[in-house]
Amino acid sequence: MDSEKLTDKILEIVPEAQQEENKQFLTFLIPPDKLKTLTTHLKEEKELDFDYLFCLTGVDWGTELGVVYHLTSTSLNHSVELKVKTDNRETPEFDTVTDLWMTADFFEREVWDLFGIRFTGHPDLRRILLEEDWVGYPMRKDYTDEVNIVEL
Amino acid sequence: MKEIINLPVQSIEEEEYHINMGPQHPSTHGVLRLVVTLQGEIVKKLQPHCGYIHRGIEKMCEKDTYQQIIHLTDRMDYLSAHINNHAVCLLVEGALEVEVPERVKYIRTILDELNRIASHQLWWSSFGMDLGGLTCFFYGLRDREHILDIFEESFGSRLLHSYYTPGGLMRDVHPNFQKRVKDFLKYNRKKIKDYDRILSGNVIFLERSKGVGVLSKELAINYGVTGPSGRGSGWACDIRKKHPYAMYDKVEFREVLRHEGDTYSRYMVRIDEMRESMNIIEQLIDNIPEGDFSAKMKPIIRLPEGEYYQCVESARGELGIYCISDGNKNPVRMKFRTPSFVNLGVLDKISREMKIADLVAIGASLDLVIPDIDR
Amino acid sequence: MGVRIKNMKYADFQDNETLELFEKTGGNVMLTTIDDVIDWGRSNSIWPLTFATSCCGIEMMATGASRHDFARFGIEVYRASPRQADVIVVAGTIVNKMAPVLKRLYDQMSDPKYVIAMGACAVSGGPFFYNTYHVIRGVDHVVPVDVYIPGCPPRPEALLYGVMQLQRKIKLETIAKERKTKDDGRRRTIKL
Repeated sequence: MDSEKLTDKILEIVPEAQQEENKQFLTFLIPPDKLKTLTTHLKEEKELDFDYLFCLTGVDWGTELGVVYHLTSTSLNHSVELKVKTDNRETPEFDTVTDLWMTADFFEREVWDLFGIRFTGHPDLRRILLEEDWVGYPMRKDYTDEVNIVEL
Repeated sequence: MKEIINLPVQSIEEEEYHINMGPQHPSTHGVLRLVVTLQGEIVKKLQPHCGYIHRGIEKMCEKDTYQQIIHLTDRMDYLSAHINNHAVCLLVEGALEVEVPERVKYIRTILDELNRIASHQLWWSSFGMDLGGLTCFFYGLRDREHILDIFEESFGSRLLHSYYTPGGLMRDVHPNFQKRVKDFLKYNRKKIKDYDRILSGNVIFLERSKGVGVLSKELAINYGVTGPSGRGSGWACDIRKKHPYAMYDKVEFREVLRHEGDTYSRYMVRIDEMRESMNIIEQLIDNIPEGDFSAKMKPIIRLPEGEYYQCVESARGELGIYCISDGNKNPVRMKFRTPSFVNLGVLDKISREMKIADLVAIGASLDLVIPDIDR
Repeated sequence: MGVRIKNMKYADFQDNETLELFEKTGGNVMLTTIDDVIDWGRSNSIWPLTFATSCCGIEMMATGASRHDFARFGIEVYRASPRQADVIVVAGTIVNKMAPVLKRLYDQMSDPKYVIAMGACAVSGGPFFYNTYHVIRGVDHVVPVDVYIPGCPPRPEALLYGVMQLQRKIKLETIAKERKTKDDGRRRTIKL
């Protein structure tokens, strides 16, 4: 499916989605509560068929926390990039996509570990890289640790 | 005596118990910890615990310049160091829209493929060793040393090269380079036949690998298992074909595919891939054009504001780099989508209902590199 | 033909004639100390533990394999269990999560035990010294180290040289005194 049709299709499913111009992939900023609807449609609909989630990134933009999803279809060869953002730095929370793509299992655990973003519905949300009793989320921009970090 | 016979045997058999493999265990090839739930000898559940070598490379990238980041990527997947470097270089060159000289593309492709052969040889050595064939270990590492000699002559290091820089190479290759690579190809063709004779047709090996750890194509896509492990399940996921970079769109090579999805097919894909890599090198080695070894680059690299994604085919699968830049000399966020991290996720699924001894074979056939998992 | 000390019977040692003949033909006696014998044996049969965390482990494997052949120096049998090993080659970065495991492995080894810190990460943190939150800067914060081998990663020849230095160190030991395995108080505060 070419990008114009894909844009129309996605805007049809989620009219609130904002398209970002001049990007490498077709990029949309999705309101967090619509994430579940959109991803389910993208995965299940035959003409979209996004069956491969190749990257899931947690990002700290300074004020906002968010997650970036890179999706592609192995049969139809089209890709899309989805972003979700939140201002809530205390208890950021998004819906999980583990039930659609099992790849997301480890990716989401990593994002929870390093950014402290919760994923509702994740089957086993534990820290994956750091110890269970680690305090804080080290990949956040405001993370400080006077004992362990030697600043250059 | 009678009391012993009358023990409730049934209840003992049904009991599940846990075994802890690692973090210091020879068959995990590093510091991976697997908590295995067993019933008798059958694996019922498996929980990978990683992070025993989590060094925070992504956090370090936020304070480093792009030239410095190249040195950190070496240390993630140390067996395909060139290919990791290549990913960062392509990312920077793509963002700055720099066209690198033809000579650089040729040399990079040849070195990438040499690196892939070296990585597969080491994998073959340790795979054989895990299944009890110690000969493989000595044969594989013997042949790998020949590649390392070629590397050493040109840029002085054996394992972690950091030879690629944004825009080209650090310096030109050694004048002997072409001759030595050709000698190596002649030598290695014979040796790969030896590999087949030692392991690929061995009855014990076939018994232990055929039908073990079957991964279907749908499952491979859903779990994102790329690289030779994914292609062993019949999924055409080679980045060199899908999104060609460097010289891969100009050379002819076959994307090795197998459809059984078991340990044996993952094994055979890697063996055939070594042959394909040699074919690629053979097409390029005689035609390296003369020219500069680097394009003109500014000493301080600032990527334009925006987001970039670059993927390359590493020896283990798709290595993706997602970079967010705000126009400064350091990236805001650098995410490495490492193949081993994703491939590890499927280990639980495919090793269930297998024997614990098969777990070693399955784990080895996925070819996990632990610092690549933890970064 | 002279008299060899090996062939002499016990009674011959009380017989002057035989002893004179023995002296004339230049028979010799080798003197040694128990220390020397024990140290010679220990230093030439060092069994390393199969322990590698990252890149340096590959160079350690290369050292053990065909071309470089560890076994020439008597450091041969890689043991998977710490209880059978004499030396632990810390090959690679040690992070906070791994440090307690390394300490336990070290404690499980039986005396006399030795530690080789291989590579820049194990020596000082190496390339991961600055701006990182999870790396221990030098393995000597966790276990006492006998030999440091610099390099990232060190060449196999460097590892062989390091092992030879360890052998020299072992050859100076005596059984009369207890072996010092204490750290030198360089510990800094680390969060374990």
